[in-house]
Order: sequence, then structure tokens, then C-alpha cells
Amino acid sequence: MSDAEQPTDDGVPGDDEFEPIQVFPEAEDMDLRPGADDCYKCSTCDTNCPVAEVDDEFPGPKFQGPEQWRLKRQDDQDIDDSVMKCSNCMRCDSACPSDVPLSQMHNTARGEYVEEQMDKFSREYVRNRILANYRRLAPLGSMFPRTTNFVMGLSATQWLGEKVLGITGEREFPEFATETFREWWTKRGGAQVQNEDKRIAYFHGCYSNYNTPEVGKALVRVYEELGYEIMVPDQHCSGTPMFANGMLEDARRSAETNVRELGAAIEDGADIVASCSSCSMSLRQEYPELFDFEGTEAVAANTWDAVEYLRVHEDLEGELEGTSVGDEFENFAYHAPCHARNQGLDGQTMEVLAPIDGVEARDVGDSCSGISGTYGWKAENYETSMKIGDEMFDHMEEADAETGLTECPTCSMQMEHGTGYEITHTLEVLEAALVGSTEADSQ
Amino acid sequence: MAIEDDVLVIGGGLAGATAALAAAEEGAQVRLVSYKQSTLRHASGLIDVLGYTPAGEGPLVDPFDALEGLPDGHPYERVGSEAVREALEFFDDIAGDAYDGAHTDANALVPTHGGTVKPTARYPASTAEGLASDDRDTLLVGFETLPDFEAPLAAAHLEAAGAPFAARGVTVRFPGLVRDDAKVTRYAHLLDHDEAVTTAAGETTARDALAETVRGHLEDETRVGFPAILGDDHAAEVRADLGDRLGVDVFEVPMGPPSLPGMRLEDLLYDALQEAGVRVTTGVPVVDYETDGDATRIDRVVVDRHGAEVPHRADQYVLATGGLVGKGVESERERVFEPIFDCHVPHASDRYEWFVDDVFGDQPYARFGLPVDRELRPLDAGDEPEFSNLRAAGAVLGGYDFAAEKSGSGVSLATGYVAGRRAGAEGGE
Ligand SMILES: Cc1cc2nc3c(=O)[nH]c(=O)nc-3n(C[C@H](O)[C@H](O)[C@H](O)COP(=O)(O)OP(=O)(O)OC[C@H]3O[C@@H](n4cnc5c(N)ncnc54)[C@H](O)[C@@H]3O)c2cc1C
Ligand code: SF4
Ligand code: SF4
Repeated sequence: MSDAEQPTDDGVPGDDEFEPIQVFPEAEDMDLRPGADDCYKCSTCDTNCPVAEVDDEFPGPKFQGPEQWRLKRQDDQDIDDSVMKCSNCMRCDSACPSDVPLSQMHNTARGEYVEEQMDKFSREYVRNRILANYRRLAPLGSMFPRTTNFVMGLSATQWLGEKVLGITGEREFPEFATETFREWWTKRGGAQVQNEDKRIAYFHGCYSNYNTPEVGKALVRVYEELGYEIMVPDQHCSGTPMFANGMLEDARRSAETNVRELGAAIEDGADIVASCSSCSMSLRQEYPELFDFEGTEAVAANTWDAVEYLRVHEDLEGELEGTSVGDEFENFAYHAPCHARNQGLDGQTMEVLAPIDGVEARDVGDSCSGISGTYGWKAENYETSMKIGDEMFDHMEEADAETGLTECPTCSMQMEHGTGYEITHTLEVLEAALVGSTEADSQ
Repeated sequence: MAIEDDVLVIGGGLAGATAALAAAEEGAQVRLVSYKQSTLRHASGLIDVLGYTPAGEGPLVDPFDALEGLPDGHPYERVGSEAVREALEFFDDIAGDAYDGAHTDANALVPTHGGTVKPTARYPASTAEGLASDDRDTLLVGFETLPDFEAPLAAAHLEAAGAPFAARGVTVRFPGLVRDDAKVTRYAHLLDHDEAVTTAAGETTARDALAETVRGHLEDETRVGFPAILGDDHAAEVRADLGDRLGVDVFEVPMGPPSLPGMRLEDLLYDALQEAGVRVTTGVPVVDYETDGDATRIDRVVVDRHGAEVPHRADQYVLATGGLVGKGVESERERVFEPIFDCHVPHASDRYEWFVDDVFGDQPYARFGLPVDRELRPLDAGDEPEFSNLRAAGAVLGGYDFAAEKSGSGVSLATGYVAGRRAGAEGGE
């Protein structure tokens, strides 16, 4: 089947005993993991896996997905523990020409592994549970943000984290904001624009609530400027870190709340927008793949990336034409997060910023940042994570810019960690262009 | 509101990328939307124009001689041989130093991993030192962990096929790898970054260790061929470095899928797209279209972003969604069809006539695809254009069998180029 070869049976997927009728798939779907049979072992997924590229111990997505499912179907096989080395970047998903649902298989396999094979008293389990449930700890941290930031920054804390929990001491813990996004939102009296026809519900996720409320505020100002009524429904973690750690039950509980609350907002005439690309990915793709609460499909179909939504529902290009921003936003090295690529958002930021005067953004290419949420926080993955990130760091340094730009909070941690650059969110640039920073400062 | 451009190309393979670049050169604002990765990752990275005639004659020395004799409806017949030349020149400009072969019309003969030689029009610079027309003696080096390339067997095949040089093959262990099924990208990464590896002789770097491993096997040969895993981002440097250390010329033997030369070509094209200001959207499919009053004109297409349907509007559209593998043409028990616009795909109504029993025989299904006019507009059953602003390019076209003719990349280039040029000229007005 390779075109490097001479025989004329190439060009067609399948086994050596090729049977022409195999080219024509049957309509009926298989059981739980339909995709295992769709895999024709072309290995395209493997060539996209950033972990397999640098880590000799990781067997790659083809093994984690279809091959493992095939094995399992035949005998009573355990899930291979290498599945915990997958970072859930979901690059393999958009690689497969045969639509094999790789990340769905990985998520399910990880869930099964953690449920049935992992010792619930092990350090690894406890650590993963803590990392996955960041949202449950964050409220504590943000209650006394200054103290927490101080304690988390102590080298003794980092040393303890590494020794006791296996959380790498190489990274700086993200700082907690002194005022969460939700506190700010309540203090300002909630929505300041009422509009029955233009209404969105903001899924802020954990990070912009507790750590970077400026991103949430930017979203609010941009959307209100364009006449939108904003709702901020109750919400839980999107579930991304839980999927990645095989904590499917935790994820299910969070998803249930989110689907209920966001579903209600949809009933009230709102569309859902998210400012974090992993959150929108989760609501759009992982929920319908893994859960079937009532309303899951509706939430998936009505969820948007915050910038994408404006592009489709407003004349964003027209609005931005002729606007300008200050020097702080002059030059950017832009990294498109893997979870944005998967949603077809890879070129969006570059396009949207183009009409703004004074902004120069350079796309640093399609490499993965390597942190993948909680993955790069684990002591045993730190080195792999930085090896994957190397290419992005190099490209950032080559680009003529000292500020980074991205839509994913963990990618932004990694960008900062690897280069020392400050990192901004696209919505903050839009805010500066559309609302202006002086106005924003005074609010 | 819809997302708007002058030209929208659907599909990000060789045909789509070429179409987008050609349209951008006409001054149009172009967007390319591609669902999954293209078949370039399976292909060898060689640009075949025509290796065999549809009747199976060949290998052809000069593909251009044979172009004139192609049957009506063949994609090359549709665009004409002058367009094939222009498309190759267009490609040469994009590829620059990365590709060779532009100096002649004649096909080059590139040794493949099975020890056969393949007639091709353009080849990656990494394979250049290995051409079968070159009479220098050759050592082929395979790796225990890469069973797809059996160097001794490939060398024996080359000699048996009458190659004008002595060929010898050895199999060695790739230093620093423990996995038996390491991914090709893992080999490439080790060499690209010249990572530290541990060998019996102690700690060294990947390139050093590989050169050291091969040195002892080298006799009088002045060139050494490796499977195509010598680096990804820094392939030229890796090759030169190994060559320096060994004191010989180093080349790559194209491999089966997944193929690094194919990936490098993909990178080259996507860099060119960025350079040309083409807006690229990946990971999401085009699922539908809408007309606006005039049923013969596409007003907008619908991109499915995980449930949210995002309209994209353009003046001109190019369909480059690939064949049965790329999912540009699909089949069910009863019919073969083109899933986005439901363009006409001629096929026998009895599915048992879609193939012949002889696996190596002339397979009708291999030619399944869209019939087009000379503007590359898909034609309906009555030979009328399906839409006035839709053109098609690449493997989605019918009337040729790329695997048998060895014409896949050439057809994608030539038709992508023509469709893109025309769409760009009309759309940019
Ligand atoms: C197994 C195999 C063997 C091959 N052997 C040879 C050979 O011997 N010689 C040779 O020259 N070539 C060979 N080729 C492939 C050769 O590369 C193709 O002939 C040619 O490059 C096709 O290019 P294309 O751009 O038309 O289609 P493709 O490369 O198939 O690209 C089509 C693109 O369209 C995208 N797409 C599909 N549907 C949609 C949609 N609805 N919306 C958006 N995007 C969509 C796909 O995701 C894909 O990226 C082989 C390919 C395969 C798979
Ligand atoms: S890309 Fe898809 S078809 Fe190819 S090996 Fe991976 S899962 Fe299988
Ligand atoms: S999700 Fe990412 S890390 Fe995991 S197997 Fe797929 S490509 Fe590899």
C-alpha cells in the first residue's frame, strides 16, 4: 500500500489479502468502541503524537486506541499502564483519516485503568486526584490569595510537593487572583446590558475565575460593547483534567452540573461561550462522546469559542478595522493550543488581529506546547513535557516578539516557563482594541 | 454573518494546498479548510507525473511523450500537457532546494525500500544521491527495529533488477532506541536534536553513535542509503553531518507509510500557505452547502465545528477532498457518491461490476470520481456543470488510476494548479 513500492495493489488500505469489497464500509456500527475496526493501521496518528516522538516508553495512540481495544475484545486483557502517559492533547484525533475516535478510546481506557487497576491509596492516585480536582482546592486558595501565593512559592512547599506528591518542583504554582472573576461580577452587579436578542452565557472555567480574571473581564467588556447580555451561570470544572487523569466519575459529576446549568441558559435564549480552548473542546466533543445526560447534545451544539462566536455573529473584521492598541500589544508570538486546532480555530487569532493597527502577531507553528494540563505538572513527566515544548520555545525565541499569545491557560504557563515571556489572551487584545484600555482601567 | 473570502478550498492535501497557493498568486483572498490530515503522510514524497500508461506500458522514460495519448476524460487530458509543465514549475518554485529533478523531462529512477526502482518526475533532495542511474557502489543500511526495510534483501533486488552498480545491505541496531516499534518520528527526533544516547562505548550523541555503528560495515562504497528517517525539521543537516562523519554521500530510501518525506512535503506546503497569506482551518469538515436563489451557484458552505455549524462564504470554491481514502468519494452498498455537494459519480448500478476478481487487474473502482469539463467543473449526468463556481482537483476526480499509473501527485498538482488559478482569477475580480 505504499507508493514507494512498485506492485500495483497500492493505494488501497487493507490487508495483504486485499478484497475489493472491503473498501466499501458496511453501514452498521459496532459495539462500544466502533472505531477499532475502522483502523487500517496507517500509523498517521502515531506520527502526530508529541509524546511518542520524545518518550521511548510510550507506545503511541494506535496502540492505546484500536490495538488495545482489539486485544481486549479477544481475551481478558488488562489495560496497559502506558495509557497514563498519554497527555490527552487529542492530536491523534484530527490525524486519523479513518475517523477512529482515538481520544474517546483513550479516555475510556484511562477511566477503566484508574477504576480497576490503580491502587486508590497510592501516591500517584492521590496526586492525580488532587491535580484533577484543582477546582475544589482553588476556592480555598483564593480565600486567602496572598497567603496561598506566599506559601506555594516557598521552596519548602515545592520540595514537599515533589517528594510527597510527585508534583514537579520545577514549576511555579500559578498565582491566585486577589479577587475572583465571580466576585468581580457580583460586585459590579452582574450584567449591565439587557438584550433579549443577543444573549450569551459565559463558561469561564476554573482558571479565569481564580487565576486570570482579567481574561473574563475582557470577555465581558468586549461582549457588552457589542450589545450582548451576559449570563454567568453556576458551573463546575469542564472536566478536562479529570478525563486526562482517568477520573471519569469526578468528570461525570461536574459535567452533570454543567449540562444542567448551561442547558437552562440555552432555554433562556443564550448561546454558551468559553474563553479557554480546552473548556470549549470538552463541552463540544468530550461530553457527547462520554456522557448522555439529557441536554448534552444541545450544550455541545450551542457552545462556541468566544472569539469564534463574534466572528460568525458580528462583523468582527469591520468592527476592528481601523482600531489600534498601545505599545504593550505590539508584537506577539502566537501559539495555537492543540485543543484549539481540533476545533478548527488554528488560524483564527492571526486573522482576527490582522485589521488592528499596531499589532504584529507571528504564528510559531504547529508544535505542541507539551504541558497538556496536569500532565507536565507530574514529576515523572516534567522532562518529557519540556522536551516536547522545546520546539515551541525555539520558535518563540526566533520570532520577533517578547510577548506570547494563546488561548489556553496551561499552554500559557508552559510558554512563560520555557521562555520567561509574558503571555496574553486574545480577548485582552480585542478588549484593548474595541473598548480601549483607559476605559477598561476605570471600570 | 458568514466567514468570507474570495476563494474557499476544501481539502488540505497536495491538490488543495496547490489550488490555494495558485489562487493566492492571482491576488485572491483564499481560505483552506481541511478535516483530517492528507494522504501526503502515506505517500513517499515523490512527485510522480506518469510512470505507466493506462494500458500498463512502462516504466516510461518521458512522461510528457505519453501525456498526449491519454484517453478523453483523464485529468491530464482535461488540463492539457502545457498546464502540467506550468504546475511542475510552480511546484519547483515552492520546493526550492528541497526537491530535485527539474533539469530534465525524463523520469528519474529512485530505489525504493523493496529494492525496486520507481519512475518519478521530482524527488526529495534527500534521495538524490541514491538514484539508480548513478553507477556508484552502494551500501544500504537497515535497522533491526524497522522491519519494513530489509536492507540485504533490497540490495539483492536492486542487483537482480540490473542496477548498474554493486549493492550490499546490512542490518544494524539503531543506537539509543529500546522500543521495537518506535515511531518513525522518534528516530527523526533523536537525529534532529542529536540527543544524547547510551551505547556500549558509553554516552555519546545520536548522530555520532549512528555513524560509528555504520562505519565498520563500510567497504569501498562511496554512498550509503538509510531508510527515510534521517530527521524531520533538520533533515538536510542530519544527512550532511552523517555524510561528513562517514566520508561518503548519504541518501534516504523512500519508505511505506507513515512517511517522513511525505510529512516534510506537507510542512513545506503549509509554510508556503502561511507565507502566501492563505487562511488555514484544520480539524473540521465541510458538511453541506447552500445556494441563494440561483441553484447553479454555491452561496456558502457549512463547516461543522463539533456541532456548531459555521457558514463560510466565498465567490469561488475548489473541491479537493481526495478519493476513497481521503473521503472525498464515499460508497455504500447501493451507490458511490460525493458527500458534500452530491456531485455526480458515474458507476455501474450493480456493485459486482465495481471491481474485477483479479486483484492486480484493471479495477473500475480505482477510477471512481467526478467527471469534469476542461475548466475542471464537475459535470452532472447530462454533462452540464453542477455549479458555475465549483471546481474539483486531485483524487476526487475520476478517469484515472493513480496507483497503477503512478500519477497521483502529478494529477493533484496539475489539477490543483489549474483549478486554483481559474478560481483565483474569477474570485479575485
Ligand atoms: C495508502 C495510500 C497509497 C498511496 N499511493 C500513492 C502512489 O502510489 N503514488 C502517488 O503518487 N500517490 C499515492 N497516494 C496518494 C497521493 O498522495 C494521492 O493520489 C494524492 O496526493 C491525492 O491528493 P489530494 O490532495 O487529492 O487528496 P488527499 O491527500 O486525500 O487530501 C484530501 C483532504 O481533504 C480532506 N477532506 C475530506 N473531506 C473533507 C471535508 N468534508 N471537509 C474538509 N476537508 C475534507 C481530507 O481530510 C484530506 O486532508 C497514496 C495514498 C494512500 C492513502
Ligand atoms: S490514524 Fe486512524 S487508521 Fe491510521 S493507524 Fe491511527 S487509528 Fe488507525
Ligand atoms: S492524545 Fe496526544 S499524547 Fe495521547 S496518544 Fe493522542 S497524540 Fe499522543
